Amino acid sequence: MSSPTPRRGSGWMRMGGLIRKESLQIIRDPSSIAIAFLLPVVLLLIFGYGVSLNAKHIPLAFVADAPDMESAALYASFNHSTYFSPQIAPNLATATRWLLNRRVDAIVHLPSDFAAQLSTANQSAPLQVIVNGIDANQARLTQAYIQAGWQSWLTNRTQAAGQSAHQPVELAARIWFNPELRSRDYLVPGLIAVIMTLIGALLTALVMAREWERGTLEALMVTPVQINELLIGKLVPYFVLGMGGMALSVAMAVWLFGVPFLGSWWILVLTSALFLLTALGMGLFISIVARNQFVASLIAIITTFLPAFMLSGFIFDIGSMPGWLQNLTYLVSARYFIVILHTLFLAGDVAAILWPNTLAMLAIAVFFIAASRRKIRKSLE
Amino acid sequence: MWQRIIALAIKEFQALLRDPKSRFVIVGPPLIQLLVFSFAATFDLSNIPIAVYNQDGGQAAQALVARFEGSGHFKSVANIQRESEISRVIDDQKALMVLNIGPRFEADLLSNQPATVQLIIDGRNSNTAAIALSYANTLVADFNTQWQTSHPLRAPPSVIVTRAWFNPNLESRWFIVPGIVAILMLVVVMVVTALSVAREREQGTFDQLLVTPLHPVEILIGKAIPGFVIGFTEGSIIIFLAVKAFAVPFEGHLLTLYIGMGLFLLSAIGIGLMISALATTLQQAVLGVFLFLVPAIILSGFATPIANMPPFVQDLTLINPMRYFMIILRGIFLEGSSFQSLQNQFWPLALIGIVTLAAAGWLFRHRMN
Repeated sequence: MSSPTPRRGSGWMRMGGLIRKESLQIIRDPSSIAIAFLLPVVLLLIFGYGVSLNAKHIPLAFVADAPDMESAALYASFNHSTYFSPQIAPNLATATRWLLNRRVDAIVHLPSDFAAQLSTANQSAPLQVIVNGIDANQARLTQAYIQAGWQSWLTNRTQAAGQSAHQPVELAARIWFNPELRSRDYLVPGLIAVIMTLIGALLTALVMAREWERGTLEALMVTPVQINELLIGKLVPYFVLGMGGMALSVAMAVWLFGVPFLGSWWILVLTSALFLLTALGMGLFISIVARNQFVASLIAIITTFLPAFMLSGFIFDIGSMPGWLQNLTYLVSARYFIVILHTLFLAGDVAAILWPNTLAMLAIAVFFIAASRRKIRKSLE
Repeated sequence: MWQRIIALAIKEFQALLRDPKSRFVIVGPPLIQLLVFSFAATFDLSNIPIAVYNQDGGQAAQALVARFEGSGHFKSVANIQRESEISRVIDDQKALMVLNIGPRFEADLLSNQPATVQLIIDGRNSNTAAIALSYANTLVADFNTQWQTSHPLRAPPSVIVTRAWFNPNLESRWFIVPGIVAILMLVVVMVVTALSVAREREQGTFDQLLVTPLHPVEILIGKAIPGFVIGFTEGSIIIFLAVKAFAVPFEGHLLTLYIGMGLFLLSAIGIGLMISALATTLQQAVLGVFLFLVPAIILSGFATPIANMPPFVQDLTLINPMRYFMIILRGIFLEGSSFQSLQNQFWPLALIGIVTLAAAGWLFRHRMN
């Protein structure tokens, strides 16, 4: 760089040439195109249809030691609910065996004196519930559903007896932005961020490492090409590919999965472009540091997909993590993009959310691209 | 024969561990990730930010608010004075929910009218919203029980007594950490095996290997050994840490666990070698690894239950070795499952392993270009 070599042709021409070279390489080995277009479609299809936190038809064992009208009414209340598919077990021992075999997830047990205690004024009849606690989250939801079924039975029963049936305090919950709590509406936008992190980083993680391995980077360095031109020449074709994949994913989210989109399209395009730059920049940085395709791909897997899945707030709530870990999540760019996507899709343009998260992504993108530039120059000198 | 296989396995280890960078990426990150993800991956919420709009201000209303704040799940971040502030607090995600206590709360309570409390929840993250709502329901139910016992009303006709088996406090970490063990083992083994043949293909040394006296079966075994050794070593370390550092109970037998691990490694190595044999360049092998790895993790029942998936996706999970290994790990850790009760998880793993290894061996020979 230091020697003032005579330049042939303008910078734009050289960059155009580089972009063309990189584009040709992409077209000849179709695996990059597959990464950009096939991967998001396949992943969104599998996850969009496959991943759901809304439990339905939870298998339930129903045991009444002394079956009567009351127990039949309670059974009907569970049977009517779409949350359960109850099966009547002859006794508690059978129901326990079903729970151990994973044939049912929970047992509802009415002891033999249930009806007697129910009709005695000063006594409360205990309804025994046993849930399989291995999947703690599902177990908690199952408990809540059982409680709701029991509550509706109790209300019907007291109303039929002509008494008022209310609890002292009644909770009226209103859920904004996603009133039915459809988990798909929040999982699909989150998935776009997770998938694009992966794709953006994968696209670029291998390109520089491959050139190092084959020794073609040194060859490129002795040409009049400058480092900025080289980086831009590498980034532009993959940026175009990545935006194509992003557009495809958003289109699928809106038209295939029917996720409502309340925000502005131009904000989505702008923030997506910025997010893609953070992912591409990270991939580029990895490939410059690793210099070998094996190490680059392993680092890309470890530092992109898994953090975007676990540390971005996609499934696990960031606010509930320990403090040191919450600080670590600030480095995960998917964290910001997921918040932006959730807000744009489900709530609309909320400036107080969009600004800080966009600026954070800008900082990460600038950091990785500047770091790549420094690193590549250093490693040559 | 064994001499040749061992020589090949040693060469594989050298290729893998010679470079200090690749030595580090095989050993370091899985351990760091175990630490990070085990703390991150929990569905138990704490410090959920709530805003309180207390229009009543009486004793009963304060007692209800105190119950929310004292539960450990909620943290009050704002007191709202006007109705119009609610939407700002929720829109800007200053608070996940607003607890709106009406001006007649205590009067209704004392006159035995239903005292309604409104809860406004940000549903953008529907899972967090559902969990927070269930916490709130429990707190209000507790409040009601206490109110009914301290105020001479009639006893409720029925009560629910709940017990959770295998995980009495419903700690989701017990459920998640065994799952992380499976994920980390899969990632390491896939990377080690899937890239091994593809790298040799790209460098042209695989053709040389094929013209040596080594039989394809011997090549297959030689390529599989590093995966086994690394998988078993890392798996053991990770499991040791899961039990010692994260206090996940270990109820079952170590031997049953190692049988399960061996069969799981067999199937993972089979798939890895098959991807490796199909790919002509390293980049294609990496793509193949991803195309397998990501669905294998998400459709394993790790974070979202398989039972919630539509039937055709449930059928698809039958070819996913992670599905079986998740059940094995959680069964042995939490339930103390015996060898017999896990049989139906063992044989599919063995079958997947045999089929994929046979396919890989066949592809070694027949995919020349």
